[in-house]
Amino acid sequence: MAAADTGRPLVKAAGDDIVSRGPSRDAGRHTPGKGPGGLRRALSTHWYAWTMVAPVVVVIGVIIGYPLLRGIYLSLTDANERNVERTIGVNTIDATYQYVGLDNYVEAITGSQFLGTLGWTVVWTVACVSITFGLGMGLANMLNRRIAGRGLYRVLLVLPWAVPGFVSVFAWRFLYNTDNGLLNKILAGGGIDAVPWLNDPTWAKFAVISVNVWLGIPFMMVALLGGLQSIPSEMYEAAEMDGATAWQRFRHITLPGLRPVSTTVILLSTIWTFNMFPVIFLLTRGGPGDATQILVTQAYKFSFEISPRDFAQSSTWGVLILVLLLIFAVFYRRVLRKQGEVW
Amino acid sequence: MSTTTPVTTAPAKGTLVTGQSANVQRRARRSPLASFGLHATLVVASVVAVFPVLWVLLTSLKPAKYATTTDFVRETTLTNYTSLLSDTPFLTWFWNSLLIAGLSTVLGVFVAATTGYAISRFRFPGKRGLMWTLLITQMFPVAVLIVPIYNIMAKVGLLNQPMGLVITYLTISVPFCAWMMKGFFDGIPREIDESGQVDGLNPFGTFWRLVLPLAKPGIAVTAFYSFITAWGEVAYASAFLVGDENMTLAGGLQKFVNQYSSQWGPMAAASVLIAIPAGVFFVFAQRHLVAGMTAGATKG
Repeated sequence: MAAADTGRPLVKAAGDDIVSRGPSRDAGRHTPGKGPGGLRRALSTHWYAWTMVAPVVVVIGVIIGYPLLRGIYLSLTDANERNVERTIGVNTIDATYQYVGLDNYVEAITGSQFLGTLGWTVVWTVACVSITFGLGMGLANMLNRRIAGRGLYRVLLVLPWAVPGFVSVFAWRFLYNTDNGLLNKILAGGGIDAVPWLNDPTWAKFAVISVNVWLGIPFMMVALLGGLQSIPSEMYEAAEMDGATAWQRFRHITLPGLRPVSTTVILLSTIWTFNMFPVIFLLTRGGPGDATQILVTQAYKFSFEISPRDFAQSSTWGVLILVLLLIFAVFYRRVLRKQGEVW
Repeated sequence: MSTTTPVTTAPAKGTLVTGQSANVQRRARRSPLASFGLHATLVVASVVAVFPVLWVLLTSLKPAKYATTTDFVRETTLTNYTSLLSDTPFLTWFWNSLLIAGLSTVLGVFVAATTGYAISRFRFPGKRGLMWTLLITQMFPVAVLIVPIYNIMAKVGLLNQPMGLVITYLTISVPFCAWMMKGFFDGIPREIDESGQVDGLNPFGTFWRLVLPLAKPGIAVTAFYSFITAWGEVAYASAFLVGDENMTLAGGLQKFVNQYSSQWGPMAAASVLIAIPAGVFFVFAQRHLVAGMTAGATKG
């Protein structure tokens, strides 16, 4: 790879990589490029990399960046359906909403609704991620053994992933249906009263978590299976020679070997689950009452389902979601780094 | 070699470990009981994974009046399918979906591949920022983006156009796909790039002719992910598209659900038809899923 095209020679680039992780990572890294002509120099060395990432930067900048800024702005106002710019017939009514500072945030954080929803969202995220991870780990370990029909099991177990989300949610609604659903019919066969799967707050929570676990296991399993296959089998053989038990092998070889994969999938699935809109929305619409409402579905409800539609409140919740996840990601990364893990 | 106690007292699923040779071979030869337990667990898990979908398939083949019976098969019929195809613009929706998902896949894979390659191979100003952006992008809730994105699309005239949705879907799938592709390219030796350079290819030629073909498993996974994301997305599709002739399956079916909420039969038939293209894609991609995800997740 020629340095002229790619910025820097590889060896140097690798060295930079390590240095850049230190606290003073930006200090002096680009000193040669500073001063007049620096931009042109940077352009001539990095044009190729920049060209390659440009489409992503542009699309994300426009489609995510602008809405994000707009959301932050709206969260500082009292915008709702009645005072935003709107068109009635041929007349356009100008926006009349006003800047209210941090009032929305104060209201959200001191009110009980946000904290209550946040509480359930955390329970939902922790429950879904830990159960999915546990089961995914178990299944991945089983599939990693030499076993007859392994390919078939793998295809069957990954299947929920291949089914579009709203189709699977429909399938589950069908099974959960109180009067006609298969689950209750089976229970009735055993002489057990019908369970209001989606109509009782506690059962509904149980129901949404199980559907999300069902949906999430394939991703988890496939990722962990990949991780397992990258652990050299010599390590297991050596451990066995030394008399390690099955549990010891799992504890001291499998788990450390899976660390890189695990940390990434846990981070990703925490983010995804925290914002898992379709499952909750399509299965229960946040109901019964607001029992299964997580932050995202509630934010959606503010701007689409209540009257007048409350855009400011919705944006406030959206920004708070983002802040919470960011804090989580930074914290998570810091913990990993303390333990010597770097990514 | 050792015959220390941990081995013999190993609670290895009730194996009757008697001698040393049995110990060493244990991983290769499982006791019948352990083997049974393993298969039983996997069978149960597979049934749980497949059953909800299978049940929808079976229901779609029953006449409407038996839709909620517990029989697996009853008077098998295709009426649900024929009535679905004749009473709703199902085929129009289907083609719209296919167009949108197809475009999202092609563009998504291309963009994710170039981005992943750039992040994997080059050190350039803005790289760390870009990587954080890719992560943060996944954190911002869809529900809150809808209204502003709707406004943008309305302004640039992409509302009710397939391209508007394609661009929106790119923002959902590309960040994750780019991370996965980066992991993939990290696993391809840099010597390949260097040899391309020696042979006089420009960087883009190196990427396109040498590196990309080696990343096929990664591309398969990325394509699968992009396709599934676009194919099954509901919220944006129902917000951005109006009118029967522009709808995608996801959006159209939402209407259908509201109209025929108690008609499980046609709904089941629709679900099956929707699941088929995703299933076909899955069959092609699944061989690569494990390898593809590993690279992506490990080194992401």
